[in-house]
Order: sequence, then structure tokens, then C-alpha cells
Amino acid sequence: MNGNVVIVGSGHAGVSVAFKLRTLGFKGTITVIGEDIYLPYHRPPLSKKYIANLGDEERLYLKPESQYRSEQIDLRLNCRVNAIHRSQNQIELEDGQRVHYDTLVLATGARARTLSEEQGGRAQNIHTLRNLSDAKRIRDTFTPNKNLLVVGGGYIGLEMAAVARSLGLQVTLIEREDRILGRVAAAQTAAHFKSLHQKHGVRILEGVGINYLERSDDRVEKAGLSDGTEIDVDVVVVGIGVIPDVTLAKDAGLQVANGIVVDHAGRTSDTAIYAIGDCASFAFRDQMIRLESVQNAVDMAEVVARSITGASASYDCQPWFWSDQYTTKLQIAGLNLGYTHVAVRRKNDSSLSIWYFAGERLIAVDAVNDAKAFMTARRWLSSGQSPDLDGIANESLELNTLTLSEKTDLVT
Amino acid sequence: MPNIIFIEPDGVRKSVNAEIGQSIMEVAVQNGVNGIDADCGGACSCATCHGYIDEKWRDRIESADAVELEMLDFAYMRAEGSRLTCQIKVVDDMDGLLIRLPDAQA
Repeated sequence: MNGNVVIVGSGHAGVSVAFKLRTLGFKGTITVIGEDIYLPYHRPPLSKKYIANLGDEERLYLKPESQYRSEQIDLRLNCRVNAIHRSQNQIELEDGQRVHYDTLVLATGARARTLSEEQGGRAQNIHTLRNLSDAKRIRDTFTPNKNLLVVGGGYIGLEMAAVARSLGLQVTLIEREDRILGRVAAAQTAAHFKSLHQKHGVRILEGVGINYLERSDDRVEKAGLSDGTEIDVDVVVVGIGVIPDVTLAKDAGLQVANGIVVDHAGRTSDTAIYAIGDCASFAFRDQMIRLESVQNAVDMAEVVARSITGASASYDCQPWFWSDQYTTKLQIAGLNLGYTHVAVRRKNDSSLSIWYFAGERLIAVDAVNDAKAFMTARRWLSSGQSPDLDGIANESLELNTLTLSEKTDLVT
Repeated sequence: MPNIIFIEPDGVRKSVNAEIGQSIMEVAVQNGVNGIDADCGGACSCATCHGYIDEKWRDRIESADAVELEMLDFAYMRAEGSRLTCQIKVVDDMDGLLIRLPDAQA
């Protein structure tokens, strides 16, 4: 197991594949090239503990610097890759230097979507959150009593609102669609989180967008909203999704459709090149999807490391996610894409779970302060078992007493 | 600074310095201890920082809360002394704490 593996991207996916290769006994050279300037770190805490000042930077690191040396992983940070020259098996760095690869792994991640010019464009105090540098800038501006406008009612927007409230900012969150979490969760989950934020003093405006941002000296000072109101603004945080970073792959002529298209082993349309993590598009329940999550980064990295070392490997994607807001822990098992029914189990005011079915098949669960529901669902989903909907909705029945059956068809 | 001793899955013993306030998981990760994945970085959501607390120490450590117990129910190879190490904070009188790590985390 020799040769040169070059990994583009120093996020969780890129770093995981590097270390996994060593664990599997790979003896060749491993180079990880990242644009980020910081030692690779956990990204999810950025919008949670880190900005809330609950953690030092070192606590975010995936591995200590010494471990890259001891595992002989050549980590090149603050380094951009300009092009892939497939016919020569080389990548070209921004300084023109070329690096040979036998196997290339693209773990280029995604960029935060920014406001369009009509929505207000860019300004010094408009932030997106994707990396540690962004988080540092935001953390510096989050001081008590400032007026924060959060644009976007997805998980990043909600987490930012929660952190900002914990630091004493006044928070208005606007969501252009008719409710928060519209793309990612059922109305029942959204309603719970809306009420949670309102209890903590966040003003949530649904079905509301930006008409204009009034600025002076490249700083936004007021926001005109589509409901006709105008609000004072000191800081704007935009959480309206991400765009997969597929430029290198596209320029190199690899197949790209939303993300970099890969097969069950993570291979792109060039067999010497793999793609993993946020930037990769793969088949899941007969659809091509991308997932932006730690689970997807780590699990795809493992599949690709196995594949590179000659084992047969296939990605059996079992998604899970989490979000921490105030003291509420949301844990999500599965992917609710294409759900037809929802059942809710309510333990008490702060603890509930929302179960998603496609026909009779369980496909996902949002567990709010209910780790048992989360882990039970993960187990059922990975073994292809579904409880019946009525049983789930009956809170007097314990989960482990429910009758399970195998439902393979998505809609029955 | 208390010393924490980890027995890695292959039996290698690593004794490392811990700082007060760190989690045991962080101590392991920052010192390159093998056998802990900690995918979620300490959010108590992945159950991949599982370890076995040595018998002598089990009663001397603050016990697991409800979330940790529910997550532990599904940890790979749960046994006596099983804990999620991201949920244990290092305190002064932990010098010599011994933790065995399982063969696999998932």
C-alpha cells in the first residue's frame, strides 16, 4: 500500500481520510492541502460553544499538531490549489508548484451563500459563518445590547440567534419562507423551536425578507423589511445555505451536478480521484444528494480510505446531525427527504420527538432533548426496521415495546 | 495537573497530563491517544468517545447524567464502568485515573 495520496481540503473529511489511511496501514505519502490558516478543527462548535466564549481555539482542534508529524501527514495550510492536471496526475498550487498524485481526494467543502445585490450585498458588518476566521470576527462583534439581524431561519441562523441571546444581544431573525426550518424539518419541529426562541426573547419574523439595507461607511445601520418595518442594525449574520465548492472538479472536467458526482465508493468520473464530505453528490434512496454534516464527512472518509487501500468499500449512508440551542439538544437521525407522514411523541414541554415516515417506512427522527429516541431511531434505521405510526404516536408505550417490521418500499 | 492513564485498544499504556476543566475526551485527543474518535467534538451526540473507568475510580467520578446514560445504552461494547469521556470534566483529585479504551467505537 504505497503511492502518493493528495487530499485537497483540511476540514473534517480531509483530515479523517488522512488518519484513516494510516490506521489501515497505508505506507505511502499523504499530503493534505488546505486554504484555511488554522490547524484543522471541529466546525459545528463554531456556531455554538465557540462564539459563546465557552471554548479556546485549541479545544476545537481535531488532532494536535504533533500527531500530523508522528503519522507522517504533510499538512500544508494557507495553501490554494489552482488546478488539477488529470492527464499528468498533478495538481497545481497557486504559486505554480505542481504536486504529483496517484490518488487525489477532493474534500473541498462548501462556501456560505451570501446576500445577493438586491438583498443588500456585502458590507463590513454583514457576516457569514463557515470557518474559524468568520467565527472570530463574529465573536468580536457580539457584545451586549447590540442589535443583531439574523437572515435565514435554518439551523445556523437559529444557533446564532441562541448564542447572541446568551451574550445579551437584541435579536431579530427573519425567514423569507413562510416558516423557519422549512427546508429541513416538519412544521411540528419548527413550531417547537420558534416558541423556544420566542421564550428567550428572539423576535422571529416569518415570510419576511429584506427590502433594503441602509448603510454608511460600508456598515449597515438600518434594515428595511418586506413587512414594511425598518429596524436598527449593528450586526447582520446571514445563514442562507451553502454552495458546494466544485470549481476545481468542474474545471478539470469531472462530472458535477450540484456536487461532485461520486459512486458508492466515493469515486468521481475519474477513477484516480475521489470526492468526500460536503462537496460530494451521491446516490441515496434513488436520489442524488449532498449532505453537510460531520457524519457524512467521517463516514465517506472511511469508505474512501478503505477503497484506496484496496478493500472493497461501499457507502451505506446513515445520516445523523445535531444542533444545540440554549439548553435544548436537537438530535436528528436519518434524512426526512420525501416524507409523507409525521408522528409526534411528547414526553413533556421540553422533550419530544418527531418521527418521519415515507408511507409506512420510518426515514428520520428529530429528537428534542430525547437521546433515547435518537439512538433508538438510529438503530432501527440502520437495520431497516420501522415501528408503526400509531405505536409511535402513543406516548404510553415504551419505544422498546413497539412492534417492528421491515419496510423497504419508500411509499406503500 | 493530574495525570490520566489511558490503555489504548492494543494494550499500550499512555500517561498524559490533564488540565483542570478539560474533558477526558479532550485530554485524550489533544495528546494523540488512540482509540477515541469523538466525532461530534464533545456534544454528547455520537457515543464515539466511549471508555471504561477502572473499578477503583468509578465511585469517585461524578456520575453520568440522563442524556449520557441514554447515549451509552447504544455505545459499542458497553460494560461495567462505561462512560462517554466527553462528559467527564478533569478535576484536581483525578491524578492516576485509569481508563481502558474499547477495541472499536462503532
